[in-house]
Amino acid sequence: MAEIIGGITTSHIPAVGNAISDGLTQEHYWKRFFDGYQPVHQWLEEKKPDLIIVVYNDHGLNFFLDKVPTFAIGCADAYQNADEGWGLKPTAPFDGDAEFSWHVAESLINQEFDMCTCQEMLVDHGFVNPMRVLFGDHEVWPIKAIPLAVNTVQHPLPSARRCYKLGQALKVAIDSYPEDMKVVIAGTGGMSHQLQGERAGMINVDYDLECIESIINDPDWFADQSTDHIMEQAGTEGIETIMWMVMRGALGEKVNCLHKHYHAPISNTGAGVLLLEGGA
Amino acid sequence: MVWKKHDYEDIPGSYVFDGKIAHSAYAMNKLFYSFNDESCREEFNADPAAYCDKFGLTDEQKALVVKQDFLGVLRSGANIYYMAKFAIPRGVSVQDAGAAFQGITGDEFREKLLEKREGLEERLKKEGGYWNG
Ligand SMILES: [Fe+2]
Repeated sequence: MAEIIGGITTSHIPAVGNAISDGLTQEHYWKRFFDGYQPVHQWLEEKKPDLIIVVYNDHGLNFFLDKVPTFAIGCADAYQNADEGWGLKPTAPFDGDAEFSWHVAESLINQEFDMCTCQEMLVDHGFVNPMRVLFGDHEVWPIKAIPLAVNTVQHPLPSARRCYKLGQALKVAIDSYPEDMKVVIAGTGGMSHQLQGERAGMINVDYDLECIESIINDPDWFADQSTDHIMEQAGTEGIETIMWMVMRGALGEKVNCLHKHYHAPISNTGAGVLLLEGGA
Repeated sequence: MVWKKHDYEDIPGSYVFDGKIAHSAYAMNKLFYSFNDESCREEFNADPAAYCDKFGLTDEQKALVVKQDFLGVLRSGANIYYMAKFAIPRGVSVQDAGAAFQGITGDEFREKLLEKREGLEERLKKEGGYWNG
């Protein structure tokens, strides 16, 4: 049977990908942020998961505002990265697992999460940068990857509680897949940041650290917060952090925290890295 | 026909991209979305005003886009992620755009952000359990 062996949180901002491409990861500005991934790299090296589900939001590559699914899952054999308008060279394509995806989609829909199923899905920086920061750059990626997109761009958005419940349903889906597979869930984005408005540039370290503690030990604290409250505390774009709750829900009630790392600022944001395993 | 009021409209200095804004700025965001395609970027560059007409922008939005008034474009409903497709290739980062809201330069904006790093490691040490190399 398939099994979720752990969950990871990571930033997905464009600047992270640029820093990797430009060879800046050991520059003073970036070093502490990137070095904080080393324990995660070691864990991935040791555990060798077969598949990663990357929970992210699309920023206008695959989805335009004409059709905005609240939750969407890739159900294809492969996913391409593409130019987001900045002329960057796309990464190598990612191998998916269509059978696994369709099983997950069916299970989620049976559990009343009405997913949008995508047989073609371009993946943007929200998906690609977590892959690059976790696995390095590859012509052939060392792991199968599935995009799970959450709308955090055009309100109304799903609540933190809804994301948490989606994660719980995702666990049921994965646990019932008949093939032996080790699966990791990455919750990406955040933490606090605001890109526009007079309040642009805000970072709320206190709130970020509270969220990290909540994600580890008391997910209901974060799940109970309204979208308005999270935006007020974490910024209008910091609302992305709700995607961590999908990862958290998929790990079960208690978790062991193997690694926690926080850094600010990276570009406009507070950045949190967590490595969690389901606990007893 | 009335747009329902939301509590988030009271968050100071913030513009929440919701149905009301997405609806009013749909054509402009669609224009920016088209920039994912290099041939569209070239078509825009060849004749910005004509390209705005093709997408049906209002006269006001068209003027802002043609002037490359990034702050004005954001204020009139561009989504920040879509605006980035317009601004970044023109040497204006998302941080520069954020800075413009406060009337400061991008460098000043980045300086202010860097202040967040001061005392952070000590703070995390006190919290306990955080990686620090
Ligand atoms: Fe994002």
